[in-house]
Amino acid sequence: MSFDSATVQKIARLARIAISDDEAEKLQGELSAILGWVEMLNEVDVEGVAPMTSVTPMTLKKRRDEVTDGGYAEKVTANAPESDEHFFVVPKVVE
Amino acid sequence: MSKLSDLTIAGMRDGLAGKSFSATELAESSITAIEAARDLNAFVTEAPEKALEMARTSDARIAKGEAGPLEGIPLGIKDLYCTEGTLTTASSHILDGFVPGYESTVTANLWGDGAVMLGKLACDEFAMGSSNETSYYGNVINPWRNRGSNKPLVPGGSSGGSSAAVAARLCPGATATDTGGSIRQPAAFTGTVGIKPTYGRCSRWGIAAFASSLDQAGPITRTVRDAAIMLRSMAGHDPKDSTSVDIALPDFEAALTGDIRGMKIGIPKEYRMDGMKAEIETLWTQGIGWLKDAGAEIIDISLPHTKYALPAYYIVANAEASSNLARYDGVKYGLREQGVDITELYEKTRAAGFGAEVKRRILMGTYVLSAGYYDAYYLRAQKVRTLIKRDFEQVFETIDTILTPSTPTAAFAAGEKTDPIDMYLNDIFTVTVNMSGLPAISIPAGLSSEGTPLGLQLIGKAFDEETLFRVGGVLEEAAGFDAAPENWWA
Repeated sequence: MSFDSATVQKIARLARIAISDDEAEKLQGELSAILGWVEMLNEVDVEGVAPMTSVTPMTLKKRRDEVTDGGYAEKVTANAPESDEHFFVVPKVVE
Repeated sequence: MSKLSDLTIAGMRDGLAGKSFSATELAESSITAIEAARDLNAFVTEAPEKALEMARTSDARIAKGEAGPLEGIPLGIKDLYCTEGTLTTASSHILDGFVPGYESTVTANLWGDGAVMLGKLACDEFAMGSSNETSYYGNVINPWRNRGSNKPLVPGGSSGGSSAAVAARLCPGATATDTGGSIRQPAAFTGTVGIKPTYGRCSRWGIAAFASSLDQAGPITRTVRDAAIMLRSMAGHDPKDSTSVDIALPDFEAALTGDIRGMKIGIPKEYRMDGMKAEIETLWTQGIGWLKDAGAEIIDISLPHTKYALPAYYIVANAEASSNLARYDGVKYGLREQGVDITELYEKTRAAGFGAEVKRRILMGTYVLSAGYYDAYYLRAQKVRTLIKRDFEQVFETIDTILTPSTPTAAFAAGEKTDPIDMYLNDIFTVTVNMSGLPAISIPAGLSSEGTPLGLQLIGKAFDEETLFRVGGVLEEAAGFDAAPENWWA
C-alpha cells in the first residue's frame, strides 16, 4: 500500500490541515513508508481475539445527571482569538 | 561548596525540616541555576516571581508547623500541564498565548502538598517525539556531552526539558508524561530516574491530551527515593478523569526496603534484539548480576508479541491524536489564521500552527480511522494490543518484575536522526508498557563508550509501583551511578 498525492490531499482535507503540493509530495513518501512498516501487523494471527477497549480492568463510573460545573463564560472565552459578549466569533457559516 | 539547588528532594526536605535553610533560599538558588542555564533551552517559561511567592507561603506554613509532604520543594512542570495564570504551550505554535483559567489535577496536587513552581519545561510538540527536536521553541540541549566533544546531544523526548533540567540540577524533580516512553527514554539519556506509573494512577485532567488510552503522568528525579516521594503527591483518584482509579495510594517511599531476597525477576528473550549494541547487552548482563547478588531469582521469560508493539502503537496513538488534536481550530484559544470561510480558517490555522511531525501523525491517524480502513488498521492494532497485554499477564503469574534495557542506544546528536521510523525505534523497549497500561521505571545504571548515561528499565504488574521502587532502589545502589555532567553551560 502506498499513498498517491490525491489521497494525501484527501486526508489533509479531512483533518482540516492545508498542505502545499510540495508538502503533499514529501508526505506521500513518509506516510507510505510508515504504512509499509505497520503492515508487519498482518503477520499476527488475531482470529478470535477481542480488541482492547480498556487497558486496566475498570467499569466506567457513573454519576447523577446534574450540573456540577459552569457559570463562568468570561473565563471560557478569555483565550479566544476573537469573542464578543461571551460568544466565539467565526466567519459567517450560515447563508 | 555545593549549591542548595544541587540537593535532592529528600535532601531539601531534611534541610527544611532541620531549619538549615528556608524555602525562599531554595527557590532563589534554583532560580539562579535556571538563569545561568539558558543555553540548555530547557524552559519555555521561567516563573521566578511565582516561585518566590509560593516559597514565601511555604516558609510561613513551615513556621506554623503546617508543612505539607513537599513543602518548599521547587519543581519544574512539563509545558503539557495546564497551570492557572501561567502560559501553557505544549511546545506548539498553535497554543500561542494560551493562559489556562484552571490548574491540572496533578499540579494542583503538588501545590496542595506545598511544592513550588519554577516554570514550564519544554517538550516535543504535543509530546510527539523522542529527541525534543519537534518543539516550536527550539531544541533542548542535553547537559551531557560525548567525551572530548562539544557537539550538542538530544535530552531524549518527549519530556526532554524535564530530563535536561533535572540532570543539570536546575530543579530536583520535574513532572513529565509518558505515552510511548516519553518519561523513561529522556531519563535514560540524561542519567536521571523516570517512572511511568500504571495507567489510571495519575489523573490526566488538565494535561494536553496526545493519546488518551496511553498517556500517563509521572516524575523525573535524580534518585529512586525522590521519584517515590514525588509520585505519591502527584497520584490519586480524581472524579474529573473517569479513567483515574479509586484505590488506596501506598506510601511509595516505604517500599524502599533494600531487601529483594527471593523476588523473581524475568528476563525477556525478545528484548535481545538483532544487532543490539554490545554496551547495552553488557549493561543488561551487569544489571542481572546485581539483582542476583542481592538475592533475587533470575528467570528467563518470553513475551512473543514484543516486536509488534511499536507498529501497533503508531496506529493507536496516531488515531487517538488525530481525534484529540481536532480541538485546535483557531476558534477557542491560541493561534488564528484568517480565512474566507470557517473551513479555510481551520485549514490555515492548523497548517501554520502544527509542526511537521504533528501533521504527519494527525494525517496518519486520520487515514487509519477513515472509512474502509478502520478494520484493517485500528481494529487490528487494538487486537494486537490485547495479545501484548496477555503476554505480560501470563509471565506475571510467576514473576515479580521484568528487567530490560531502557533504550537501544545512548543519547544521539541533534539532527542525526531524520527518518521518522528510525526515530520511532527509540521507544522499542518502552512502548510495550504503555500498550499494556503497566508501570515501569528507568534507572541510571552506567555510562556508554562515549561517557554518556545508559538506563535499565524495570516493568511491574498493574498498580504494583511499590515493587519497582523496592527493586529499583537496590539496582540504583548496586549501580552506584554518581556521574554528573560537566557544567559547561553556566
